[in-house]
Amino acid sequence: MEFSMKDFWNGSRRALARAITIVENEQDGYEEIMKEIYHHTGRAQVIGVTGAPGAGKSTLSDNLVKFYRKMGKTVGVCAIDPTSPFSGGAILGDRIRMNDLTLDQGVYIRSMGTRGSLGGLSRKTADAVKLMDAWGLDVIFIETVGVGQSEVDIVKNADTTLVVLVPGLGDDIQAIKAGILEIGDVFTINKCDRDGADRLNVEIEMMLDLGEAQDWRPPIERTIANEGKGIEDVVNGLNEHRKYLEESGLLEERRRERVRTEMAEMIHDRISRHVMQEITETGKFADYVERVYERQTDPYTVVDSIVGNIFK
Amino acid sequence: MADKKIRVLVAKPGLDGHDRGAKVVARALRDAGMEVIYTGLRQTVDQIVEAADSEDVDVVALSLLSGAHNTLFPEVVEGLKKKGMNDVLVIGGGVIPAADIPGLEAAGVKAIFTPGTPTKDIIDFIKANV
Repeated sequence: MEFSMKDFWNGSRRALARAITIVENEQDGYEEIMKEIYHHTGRAQVIGVTGAPGAGKSTLSDNLVKFYRKMGKTVGVCAIDPTSPFSGGAILGDRIRMNDLTLDQGVYIRSMGTRGSLGGLSRKTADAVKLMDAWGLDVIFIETVGVGQSEVDIVKNADTTLVVLVPGLGDDIQAIKAGILEIGDVFTINKCDRDGADRLNVEIEMMLDLGEAQDWRPPIERTIANEGKGIEDVVNGLNEHRKYLEESGLLEERRRERVRTEMAEMIHDRISRHVMQEITETGKFADYVERVYERQTDPYTVVDSIVGNIFK
Repeated sequence: MADKKIRVLVAKPGLDGHDRGAKVVARALRDAGMEVIYTGLRQTVDQIVEAADSEDVDVVALSLLSGAHNTLFPEVVEGLKKKGMNDVLVIGGGVIPAADIPGLEAAGVKAIFTPGTPTKDIIDFIKANV
């Protein structure tokens, strides 16, 4: 099907879906699409949902979306699952928990594979979110892959980050390690009817107490997502945080920082592609590899000379 | 430019609860480098069509073991057409009598893969027809 920006602006879901595909694959014309929509972004409230595999991110997102729908908001969901580093394929299964939402025309759900990205998102997540934003969705959820400790790219993409925890995964030292526990603006203890929920609650509180006091103290909510319990508390926490972001000026600060990192990444990307293309097409790269392998030279000298030649 | 990845919706329309076959196919397609969106059991035709639309898939792979294929498969094809998704490749699998296959193909299901089909045949068919 031909893609047209006119359909996109007229609210065609087909056009939104197709636009995301074009941008995700970097097909011809993708930059023109992004250039055109960019000025219409920045309206939506962007909420990140992250946590360990099986913590209940999808089920929780499903419930949160329903709640925002009742408040009359239109909602987008960007659901990320891992791409196999071996085959490049992926099984994207987040929709299984969101089937009730499929027929709601006020909801748009898109599943994405990480496609080699390691931070818990895909490289094109930010662009997909911008497309949903420009298309007119009010609230956008980004659901990360099931994360371990260090996949924290979500903070660069969301205004508010919800960290989903479950009881029984580790001791209190786990809680003060660097990583995902540092990025929660709101926490929820999901499956809170299981043993260990109180202890986990105390551990998070302690972790928060150990740091310097901040203006925003992340609330710790409790949910049983598959029974729909505690959802309103989480929504209240998210909205409180949104209010805090707006009143403190932090929202602008975070978004300005996002522009900075995003542009730096784009420059980095463009330059590295240019350099790699240059040296692979001329066959120089294979020669260098061989010479370094034979210990005739070393990678540090080679990289100096390659980069020096291109930017002289 | 990055390669265009093939996106496949693996869906189970109707009321049977047997998804072993669908999972085997999903796994095989994943290993062939495709992105497989799996939506779980007991999907209505409308849900399948909406999901295919939102996810902008190239292929819809239907699996059915309940006997309702003659009704449900053509309904999915029709639903996709109504959305303007004429270029989506619809294929089917499951316990489907040989006598039903020509009718399904006439209705726009491009291929039917019955039990015992090597997954490679499915992969090759998709790659040749997307």
